[in-house]
Amino acid sequence: MSDKTPAIELKNITKTFGKVVANKDVCLTVNYGEILSILGENGSGKTTLMNMISGIYYPDAGQILVGGKEVIIASPKDAFQYKIGMIHQHFKLVDVFSATENIILGLENQGRYDLKAAAQRVREISEQYGFDIDPNQKIYEMSVSQKQTVEIIKVLYRGADILILDEPTAVLTPQETEKLFKILRRMREDGKAIVIITHKLHEVLSLSDKVAVLRKGEYIGTVNTAETSENQLTEMMVGKKVSLNIQRSEPKDPRERLIVAHLKCENKEGIKELDDVCFTANSGEILGIAGIAGSGQRELLETIAGLHPANYGGIQYVDPATGKLENLRDKTPLEIRNLGVRLSFVPEDRLGMGLVGNMGITDNMMLRSYRAGKGAFLKKKEPESLADRIISQLEVVTPDKATPVRRLSGGNVQKVLVGREIAAAPTVLMAAYPVRGLDINSSYMIYNLLNEQKEKGVAVIFVGEDLDVLLELCDRIVVIGQGRITGIVDARTTTKEEIGLLMTKGGSK
Amino acid sequence: MREPLFHISKRTEIALVKAWLIRIAAIALALVLCAIVTFALTGLNPLRVFATLVDGAIGTARRRWSLLQGTAILLCISLAVTPAFKMRFWNTGAEGQVLAGAMATATCMLFLGNRLPSPVLFPIMFVCAVIAGSVWGVIPALFKAKWNTNETLFTLMMNYIAMQIINYFVYQWAVPKGSGQIGIINGDTKAGWLPAIFGQSYLCNILIVVVITIFIFIYLRFSKHGYEIAVVGESENTARYIGINVKRVIIRTMLLSGAICGICGLLIVSGTDHTVTRDSAGGQGFTAIMVSWLAKFDPIVMIFVSMLIIFLQKGAIEISTQFGLNKSFSEILTGIIIFFIIGCEFFINYQIHFNHSRKEAKA
Amino acid sequence: MITFLQRAVIMGIPLLFGSTGETITEKSGHLNLGIPGVMYMGGICAVIGAFFYENAVGPENIVPFLAILIPLACALLGSLLMGLVYSFFTVTLRANQNVTGLALTTFGVGFGNFFGGSLIKLADADVPSINLTATSSVFKTKLPYDALLNAMSAANAPSWLTAFVRGFCDLFLSYSFLAYAAIIIAFATAYILKRTRVGLHLRAVGENPGTADAAGINVGRYKYVSTCLGSMIAGLGGLYYIMDYAFGVWSNNGFGDRGWLAIALVIFTVWKPNVGIIGSFLFGGLLIIHNYIPGLGVADQELIKALPYVVTVIVLIFVSAREKKESLPPQSLGLSYFREER
Repeated sequence: MSDKTPAIELKNITKTFGKVVANKDVCLTVNYGEILSILGENGSGKTTLMNMISGIYYPDAGQILVGGKEVIIASPKDAFQYKIGMIHQHFKLVDVFSATENIILGLENQGRYDLKAAAQRVREISEQYGFDIDPNQKIYEMSVSQKQTVEIIKVLYRGADILILDEPTAVLTPQETEKLFKILRRMREDGKAIVIITHKLHEVLSLSDKVAVLRKGEYIGTVNTAETSENQLTEMMVGKKVSLNIQRSEPKDPRERLIVAHLKCENKEGIKELDDVCFTANSGEILGIAGIAGSGQRELLETIAGLHPANYGGIQYVDPATGKLENLRDKTPLEIRNLGVRLSFVPEDRLGMGLVGNMGITDNMMLRSYRAGKGAFLKKKEPESLADRIISQLEVVTPDKATPVRRLSGGNVQKVLVGREIAAAPTVLMAAYPVRGLDINSSYMIYNLLNEQKEKGVAVIFVGEDLDVLLELCDRIVVIGQGRITGIVDARTTTKEEIGLLMTKGGSK
Repeated sequence: MREPLFHISKRTEIALVKAWLIRIAAIALALVLCAIVTFALTGLNPLRVFATLVDGAIGTARRRWSLLQGTAILLCISLAVTPAFKMRFWNTGAEGQVLAGAMATATCMLFLGNRLPSPVLFPIMFVCAVIAGSVWGVIPALFKAKWNTNETLFTLMMNYIAMQIINYFVYQWAVPKGSGQIGIINGDTKAGWLPAIFGQSYLCNILIVVVITIFIFIYLRFSKHGYEIAVVGESENTARYIGINVKRVIIRTMLLSGAICGICGLLIVSGTDHTVTRDSAGGQGFTAIMVSWLAKFDPIVMIFVSMLIIFLQKGAIEISTQFGLNKSFSEILTGIIIFFIIGCEFFINYQIHFNHSRKEAKA
Repeated sequence: MITFLQRAVIMGIPLLFGSTGETITEKSGHLNLGIPGVMYMGGICAVIGAFFYENAVGPENIVPFLAILIPLACALLGSLLMGLVYSFFTVTLRANQNVTGLALTTFGVGFGNFFGGSLIKLADADVPSINLTATSSVFKTKLPYDALLNAMSAANAPSWLTAFVRGFCDLFLSYSFLAYAAIIIAFATAYILKRTRVGLHLRAVGENPGTADAAGINVGRYKYVSTCLGSMIAGLGGLYYIMDYAFGVWSNNGFGDRGWLAIALVIFTVWKPNVGIIGSFLFGGLLIIHNYIPGLGVADQELIKALPYVVTVIVLIFVSAREKKESLPPQSLGLSYFREER
């Protein structure tokens, strides 16, 4: 394809945040009339890279060339000047405005303010590329895919011919995804350069001309889609297995503890968050949940914990003493606790949900236990001694136990949270991304804590993103993709590639 | 592109001492400005301004009692709105809730005053005032819980509805008929008047507010309810996560908030004015909002803040009397002081970095 | 009937100024509870300006042009200062809006009453009370349609026609220029908010400052300008009240709760200044209707005066229950915007 001219070339781009290297020596080329996929796991540096092209970050080293000339992109405005438009994962739209109003927002010097003419222009763009949108519809009346369409038109309206889409299909149904791809292909024919960030293999294969793979900030390579296979891409994406030496014991006397059957959840817009999820968590075992971020892991745990409504299906708890079944579905967290179910939950959002950032460790200990005891007053003795215990046993670094936890480092915050949840002597322990953002030592301490719980006969559910960790820590792994379970595998015998393939499967069934 | 002269970032922490130094400096600056304003208006030597101010506030025993009494009432309302504020529920309706309590008290005094013995009368007055205040407070809370109706605007409107209802009754029950005021209720028998203790008619009020202060202090800091309020205020998500029924907490807290306002209405009618008008609360419902916020919702700090404001008001009134000026002089000074304290919070919460020496910071 | 409508309009005009100003401010995401204080400030500054002017030249010798210009400029300046204070605290210093607003009201009302009560003493003037009838009469100049009516009766026009013309003129042409200014400003504001780019940007700032910022809109500047402009318009309400409604006679607390009523009106009109025109006349009517209902006791009148607030509460509940997004308060109303917190 020698007739194509390069739209953007990146040469040896490097970007670090503090000690973390987000991108290292990345080289990329996108031509006009071409779709390039950037493939990588969570945290591989895809979004950082694109943010540098769209002017949100500035690279530490390296060059960016637009149309063959070296440029400096210091702000989104600069990016717009070079006709680069980015469609972010989180839409920036004003809810009560119509599509047109959002599209022209912030545009100056466009002559007279004329909504009708603007709406006409929006219609023209829509027709040109086959968008299906009513320019006068209000954003809050729109589905997610329509909002995304507005964002895309916004970029086109400003005359962009280099489009960057950050995980555009994460929020779409398969049908909507297909529609989007059709539009993107039409744009390609129109000579636009398109970069799409994704981690779904089948999308990469069906849509793009070239694939660039990133792994942990490093640029692995670019291949032509026509010349590659799922297996090759998976291997490039996940890399070779790294041994972590996490200890793992054989489950002792595993018994059914939590039975999830045909669980289905929909959000307000009717999009399926969970679809027919079935699995069983056993006592004395760590059940891993693997999947691309946003595949329904959060909804799954929150539904079990009584924080998210379910539309269909059952969640049953097996009482370890009596073997009696208790239904947990549609119960509030308090009702679940009042049933005598000791369910602990380490949520993904540590300071926004699991802890109160402005309170000290002692007060955070009380979150679970403050109702204990008779009378209207708080009993501070126990939480205080618990705080002391956690500080000394888990080596939490803090000036004192009254210091607001938001001032602690990420690792220490997580120790406080996990410590509290374990102190409740759970029979089921759910942990969502418990080692995200933690240093090595803290991470291992968390693994050890989870293992301890497992040995005590607790049913541990571990949602993770690092496949190496999942493979070494867990006994079984449930793989989830787009709200569906795509496989349940034995962690001792499976391979990274197998999980990687399963992860990218969901939805396309 | 021009580099901005400075940029602002949020502080993660600030030493307690430094924070208080900033606050004290702000108050000092405000006082200096007050003195300048006073000087400009009266020609009074700035030092004499302070002398007159102090004299007006605590010059005589009567003034000292009056200062304590004023502080007690303002503190009481500030305490009342505090639980709601801690929950991030903007109760701007304290004025109306106080008036509801005041009206209920006055009604009891008018119709039951000379018929029931005091030991029966006082509990009835108390219960009526509490119920009236909490009903007035809980109405917006119910709608907030049900439909998330904007509570700031709702409670604000409730104030004026309360005022007009009071006006209605004041005209209805005016003594003498047609005078447009109720006048001193039970002036001869003093039925339903809070008794003087040790000959001090205000002492009873003050003691009741002391009790309320201790109660709120303990309630917020040591009770399970107080803990729930703090969690809901900090993060509704966390509250849901640990199974707190957020709506119930909102309603319960506004019941309490309104109830204490109701008690304050009782203190004003039964313990101070012995009559009721639409101005019974005298705008203190609004001042209290500022007091509570300036004190960072801490009941102990609130004592000092409300005393500072009343001190200033009493002192300013003295200045204006001496110079034949209008009493509203005190409101100007109060406004200045509050502006300074509000302003200084910025310097406590944010940090200003000047950019001239760090060109490399911005790529 | 015509007198009632006429009075309702006159009562409504200060509210219209106030609510138009407050709407502009709220559209930028700032709930300015200081509006009552701002309106007081507008009123008293006009009084101060006019007072010194009248005293300097004597009430008989005032030049109409200056008699209007001086109080007008003073009112605008006073309320602009209040707006600047409010926006400095809430935009630059990111202080709590409710607390700042209430402090502004305390200050403004106190300022008004203080100078209203002490101006004579402070200025060492030799008059018994502040009485600016001369200035007021300039402000109250209305269209000379009496001449037309006189001409009509002189020309022996049919009496029904004369009566009709008189009624028409009384109802629509009998007000001073400020009243028409209020209506024009309200229409202009509605137009700007709805039909211009500036209005679109302003609404975006109030709904979602993060999005507006990302779209390259200078959020801080919009907030400042709208707050200050809103204050100045509200200040005109004070000016109208004192110079037109009150005949130039200042009485302490005479302005009463009109400032809060103006805030109520904003909610009542669901943030639409053009609806505010009718709304303000309606509120004005509710304020005086008791004079026109026969057999109403003084006490009952007071209950009727609560009606505007009750109606406002009902509207507030209604819009929140219906969840129609266009009628809800601007989404980020009351919240400070700090870019790095996005």
